[in-house]
Amino acid sequence: MSLLKTTVSAAALAALAAGSAAARDNVQVAGSSTVLPYASIVAELFGDNTDFPTPVVESGGSSSGLKRFCEGVGENTIDVANASRAIREKEIKACAENGVTDIIEVRIGYDGIVFASQQSGPAFTEFQPTDIFNAIGAQVLKDGEIVANPHNSWAEFNSDLPDAEIAMFIPGTKHGTREVFEEKVLLVGCEETGAMKAMMDGGMSEDDAEDACLDVRTDGKSVDIDGDYTETLARIDANTNGIGVFGLAFYENNTDKLKVATMGGVAPSTETIASGEYPVSRPLYFYVKKAHIGVIPGLKEYAQFFVADEIAGPGGPLSNYGLVSDPELAEVQSAVANEKVMGGGS
Amino acid sequence: MTDATLNTGGDRPGSSLATQDARTKRRNRAEARFKAYGLTAILIGIFFLVVLAVSIIRSGSPAFTRTIVGVEFTITQPQIDAAEGELFKTKAYQTLFIDALKQQLDARGMEMDFDEDSIERLLGKVGSTLREYYQANPGEIGTPVSFELAASSRVDGYLNGRLTRDSVKDSRFLMAADLDLVDALQEAGIVRSSLNWTFITGTDSGVDNPGGAGIGASVVGSFFMMLVVLVLSLPIGVAASIYLEEFAPQNKFTDLIEVNISNLAAVPSIVFGILGLAVFIQFAHLPQSAPLVGGLVLTLMTLPTIIISTRASLRAVPPSIRDAALGVGASKMQSVFHHVLPLAMPGILTGTIIGLAQALGETAPLLLIGMVGFVARGYPDGVVSGFMDPNSAMPAQIYTWAARADPSFYEKAWGGIIVLLVFLLTMNIIAIILRRRFERRW
Repeated sequence: MSLLKTTVSAAALAALAAGSAAARDNVQVAGSSTVLPYASIVAELFGDNTDFPTPVVESGGSSSGLKRFCEGVGENTIDVANASRAIREKEIKACAENGVTDIIEVRIGYDGIVFASQQSGPAFTEFQPTDIFNAIGAQVLKDGEIVANPHNSWAEFNSDLPDAEIAMFIPGTKHGTREVFEEKVLLVGCEETGAMKAMMDGGMSEDDAEDACLDVRTDGKSVDIDGDYTETLARIDANTNGIGVFGLAFYENNTDKLKVATMGGVAPSTETIASGEYPVSRPLYFYVKKAHIGVIPGLKEYAQFFVADEIAGPGGPLSNYGLVSDPELAEVQSAVANEKVMGGGS
Repeated sequence: MTDATLNTGGDRPGSSLATQDARTKRRNRAEARFKAYGLTAILIGIFFLVVLAVSIIRSGSPAFTRTIVGVEFTITQPQIDAAEGELFKTKAYQTLFIDALKQQLDARGMEMDFDEDSIERLLGKVGSTLREYYQANPGEIGTPVSFELAASSRVDGYLNGRLTRDSVKDSRFLMAADLDLVDALQEAGIVRSSLNWTFITGTDSGVDNPGGAGIGASVVGSFFMMLVVLVLSLPIGVAASIYLEEFAPQNKFTDLIEVNISNLAAVPSIVFGILGLAVFIQFAHLPQSAPLVGGLVLTLMTLPTIIISTRASLRAVPPSIRDAALGVGASKMQSVFHHVLPLAMPGILTGTIIGLAQALGETAPLLLIGMVGFVARGYPDGVVSGFMDPNSAMPAQIYTWAARADPSFYEKAWGGIIVLLVFLLTMNIIAIILRRRFERRW
């Protein structure tokens, strides 16, 4: 084993005349593609405004970021994981198994999820969660019965909507956005249409009914996008009837191509999201490995810089780009300053 | 049916050669058809090539120009001290700059009604440019300096026609009213278009600052990676091929190796990325996002290509050369190194360059070793840091840009493709020249 290790290292270092592997001096970040834009803004400013080198920020999705985060402690693992959802119990356990026990959770603000379609397409301007559920749920309530989704056009279940073919592009399961979409739109729609009650009356347990509510139809009317919003935008561009799920910031960057729909009667904007009126929003987080603070130069400074009033507060570059500032930013700041880890303790 | 065929066949001896019978006509028609198919195939190929080239150049060329706002600016030592005292230093510099621009416009007698926000929307982040400049040139503090600042991506888009007044919707990024200010600045000659050197020499920038993004640092990253690939894969590949081709006994074991090399050449590159993550980063503890690791992974990917092409060119050297060398008393090794290898060299070099070109355009393996993402470290300080410091590579940079929300990053991605294609073309041309120059025919 150790012979192999030496051989590999020797082969790797053969290319180096100097041959010394210097300690890592930059913060290494990976995770959610929704947080990526904000993290890259902060990383650039952090490099510009401090004497530390610019952190490296990778994308790949919340789950894959947290998975890499939980691989262990040491220079060859990442220091910070970005996530567009809170870390799960399962992941905390996986982390602990690999020795990553002290995790600092930092909430940076909120992001809205908007439903947008082609600027020149049919008038998809007002949605309710029930509409989305009726359009793409695997099983819906029709004439008092639970049936496999028979709908082809939006007007079939809501005469206020255009008579256009259903074509939805929703985030794939590896995105944190998917979870919010399921929880705040599909589940709510399922409950409001009465489908969930009907399922439970039909003999399902509550958990099974919830799972059934989250199933989306697989006949091509709803497409999972595993890439990022650019891919969704390309699909919308090519399909007049297409409706895509985007982050608020992405939509605001592309208002010349997209028109946004209200959800539950509220138009998405930083104000309505901050006030909680707009129903589909979620907090954004990043997670810091406490064991790396003091080992990786600039790690704590990066976390503090990220949540500073000048950066993440109202009027800062992050809110200018579309992040909805956290009203409790001061608490987050003090938590970071005190290196408060998750699960009590300090 | 059978009768009819027999009859025409029977007519044949009596007819003249000058008149074509049905069969000859059919054969001629088949040939003409085949030629037409071939021609169509080539035309389709050319058509797609032209479409590709035109669309790349059309979408990518705006990335090479940018809109410059020329402003004269003086800063004093107390102002700098105040700005450096804040946490968000670049913002303080920006405020200073905005005040100066306002004064200048007032001095020119242009009664423009604008606020700080609209200046920020138009000029983007001038703060970091200013801070960098004054940190590098402290002697300039107190004296007027003429700055050429890049305008924001949307102003670029407005001036090069990507955006029109009609398509502009009021947003945080650009108000329709801002365009009046742009028009006024253009009239005053403060705004003009120029070659975007930042794009060619710069580093990646944050998503809200597309004007400052450049591909230069990732070109350097690609260069160091290619260096690793060249230094490792050429000697290893050539040594392996010479041994296999000239010295190795023909047995089951060498057969197995040969089959495996051919198979490795067809392995998807992402597999090498996973291998690189497991072996070089998690096991050997080499740094993440480093061109050294990228180079090692791409070496693994390129080796089979080089071995296969080297063996082919060794085999192409006629056995008479070897026999003659051995005949005058050369040892086996002398015959290989003095005679066979020099003659096979053009083929080996061509194969190597094509392998390198393939590795240059590879993104998938880099995804897993941390070279795809926001890597804006700037230029390495030296050779060691060139290998070890985080850096991106050209295709990885293009991929990152293409995924960003701001449409002007999309433009940058196309511009990056042009740069990448220029490199690939150059490498292929070198390969062709080498082959033409040193090739020998027997």
